Amino acid sequence: MTQTPKKQGEFYQRDRRWHPPAYDKDYKTSVARSPKLSLISLENTPSEITGPRFGHGDMTPIDNDLLSNYAQPDQSPIGERIIVHGRVLDENARPVPNTLVEIWQANASGRYRHKKDSYLGAIDPNFGGCGRTMTDENGYYYFRTVKPGAYPWRNWVNDWRPAHIHVSVFGTGFAQRLITQLYFEGDPLVKTCPIVATIPDPEAIEQLIAKLDMNATIPLDTIAYKFDIVLRGRRSTLFENRLEGN
Amino acid sequence: MPQSLDYLKETPSQTAGPYVHIGLAPGAAGFQIYDQELGQDIAGPNATGERIRVEGLVIDGTGSPVKDVLLEVWQANADGVYPHPEHAGHESVEEGFRGWGRVITNFETGEWAFDTVKPGALMGRNGQMMAPHINLWIVARGINVGLNTRLYFDDEAEANAADPVINVIEWEKRRETLIAKRSERDGETVYRFDIRLQGGDETVFFDI
Ligand SMILES: [Fe+3]
Repeated sequence: MTQTPKKQGEFYQRDRRWHPPAYDKDYKTSVARSPKLSLISLENTPSEITGPRFGHGDMTPIDNDLLSNYAQPDQSPIGERIIVHGRVLDENARPVPNTLVEIWQANASGRYRHKKDSYLGAIDPNFGGCGRTMTDENGYYYFRTVKPGAYPWRNWVNDWRPAHIHVSVFGTGFAQRLITQLYFEGDPLVKTCPIVATIPDPEAIEQLIAKLDMNATIPLDTIAYKFDIVLRGRRSTLFENRLEGN
Repeated sequence: MPQSLDYLKETPSQTAGPYVHIGLAPGAAGFQIYDQELGQDIAGPNATGERIRVEGLVIDGTGSPVKDVLLEVWQANADGVYPHPEHAGHESVEEGFRGWGRVITNFETGEWAFDTVKPGALMGRNGQMMAPHINLWIVARGINVGLNTRLYFDDEAEANAADPVINVIEWEKRRETLIAKRSERDGETVYRFDIRLQGGDETVFFDI
């Protein structure tokens, strides 16, 4: 038990009114893919409090650099060079160290490297469009990439996704598992997007908008955007229920 | 004004979209980028217990297979222990047992399958044993917040009947949606587990 971290309690209940509802008629694909019956609320058991763990052996250091992780030697993808960086925190504002963060995105012309994407935008031979990294001991992470382009999608006839990066995070327990999307400050398409609008609270939407961060910008090189990610917090041990039942 | 509590709010979820494979399983998207993709081997070579295959479909409210879905698996080993420092006995978990995996579909048919070992029963809350089960998390285009469910095994009828989570489900008929059906095929043990997102026999999903 020597390396067991200080014992913490259960996860705070997820605020389902902060997240999008399963069903949103304006996001048409959700209509047939949304459960109609209520979710069954479960109190945490070890199945929810535990979760997969990853290490640096699971990846190579270049995996977080989308400017080079798929590029030919001495070449770069086309587009605005950006850094996306921030911290993974929990609802108690504590950093979440050593957790896996994965991202994927379209290239600068709004085209995905996916066999199911047939958009007119050009494939960039030097851009794969995915990256992964572990947060450090302070919960900090960063990626280098290009700013993704907007792209059209079939919902209403003239829907365009704002520039966005898909983000996947683990945390320490399976109950913290989260996939979301990062948007960019100042993008007028954010206000028009039915997927963004599945989130009912405007303040919650703001939480998904990365802010231009001139202090982290590298002069004459790369523009930075800051994006902190918050995972569910945990109760302190004071009021902990006895999970192991002894 | 009273004092502020100063808690942060959880980052809101957004759909994984149709191209989730690029990020989480790029080989399935059609390109090779990483030396090793994560989640391809749940149990590893050293795991004890019965080797099983689990397969199924995720089906939408029109009865059609969801061909672009991605599932994640989280399970204990055959002794009912999770490879996680907060689970008692985790030091004994076999080397290479991750207990976690990623499952993608055949894009033409929507069929998915994964190979693992059958997990053991484990202690839940208040000293009550939980029947062997596999935790599943389901994301796709059109799913705004990843869906959590549990897969139980039809050859564990006695343990299932006593399982404290199954018994939280008030409607006995709905409990059956969590039970995978065992069969043998070419000497292999296969469990069938179809997941219905919507409709009269909608699968039970949990708010964990
Ligand atoms: Fe996208």
